[in-house]
Amino acid sequence: MERIPILKMGSFLLVTIQVDMHDELAMTLQEDLTNRVVKDRARGVLIDISSLEVVDSFIGRMIANIAGMARMLDAETVLVGMRPAVAITLVELGMSLPGVRTALNVNRGMAILQTALGEKGYLGGSA
Amino acid sequence: MVQTSLAQLFQKHQQQILEDWIRQQLGAATLRSDLLKESELREQSREFLKNFIDVVQAGTEDLDAPSWKQAKEVLNSISRSRGAQGFSPSETATFVFSLKQPLFEVLKRESLPAQELTDGTWRVTVLLDKLGLHTFEVFQQSREAIIGRQQEELLELSTPVVRLWDSILALPLIGTLNSERTQVVMESLLEKIVETEAQIAIIDITGVPTVDTLVAQHLLKTVAAARLMGADCIISGIRPQIAQTIIHLGINLSDVVTKATLADAFAVALQRTGATLSRTSVRS
Repeated sequence: MERIPILKMGSFLLVTIQVDMHDELAMTLQEDLTNRVVKDRARGVLIDISSLEVVDSFIGRMIANIAGMARMLDAETVLVGMRPAVAITLVELGMSLPGVRTALNVNRGMAILQTALGEKGYLGGSA
Repeated sequence: MVQTSLAQLFQKHQQQILEDWIRQQLGAATLRSDLLKESELREQSREFLKNFIDVVQAGTEDLDAPSWKQAKEVLNSISRSRGAQGFSPSETATFVFSLKQPLFEVLKRESLPAQELTDGTWRVTVLLDKLGLHTFEVFQQSREAIIGRQQEELLELSTPVVRLWDSILALPLIGTLNSERTQVVMESLLEKIVETEAQIAIIDITGVPTVDTLVAQHLLKTVAAARLMGADCIISGIRPQIAQTIIHLGINLSDVVTKATLADAFAVALQRTGATLSRTSVRS
């Protein structure tokens, strides 16, 4: 079965969505990611959607949900790499994903996570 | 009555008709002496009357017939120039319709039999009405051409996205925001965010004349889309009246950072990106 890979980078998890999301895949990802956050005791999650070209309201809500769940498990979540067309579509659908952190690319997102976790005192110099 | 005899009659009294007509136009309430000189009016009237008599002579009522060409061209140029000069449509059409009375006067004076008088009157009325409507159409066309050109010019005032500093963009909005423009503005802003890796976008609305709920909604959409791309927006250039309107309309802009001037917004943006500006003393 098709799965979206979740990569561990230090205390962060990196999720790169490189295929077109469909509903089932989104549900699987939701399950996998929450499990991995708990198992790996991840402090931060980066969701990279730079390859995502098509979104609908369901996928939009899934993304918001996944971010919400990860946050609930005490992992800072940053959504990175959204394309302009996707951003416009989501806004037109009335989903501006309030409460989800966003960044332009993975690099920026990583910087945001490090700053946020550094403030919390989680990163004792070992990133 | 035979067409030629009607035409001959007008031909004979041409000078008289012209004088009557001009006198009438000069005395009419629709005269725009501020826009049109009497000599010009006289020249236009003389030329049109001459061509009108030719049309009567030709005797066809088909507006597309070659015999109408000359008369129509004269009218076109009169109509266009008046449209550009700022005449109202009725003022322009009155030019043609006011010719009726002097023509009828001539018919009346000739003491024609009732049948011929009615025929002649009808004929003149039909011709002049057609020409009058034609005037209207040309007038309308010239106005529409002006409107079309202005719309194009307006679209050309597309919104540039300016890079102010490392990762700071400015979007000076000029003119009213409608849905189509918002779309264009949003797209160009987001593209530029990707291109320059900007973190902060300053939307300056100094040049937006009015802000209503729709415009505010468009602004909020742009802000939300930029945020999804990881860039924060600051709205600047809010004039006192606009601030009052926004509050009176109950629009909630509290989620967005707003500043009165672009300079203030820029200062905030610099601070957020960690840049500092310092003034060095100028040596004389």
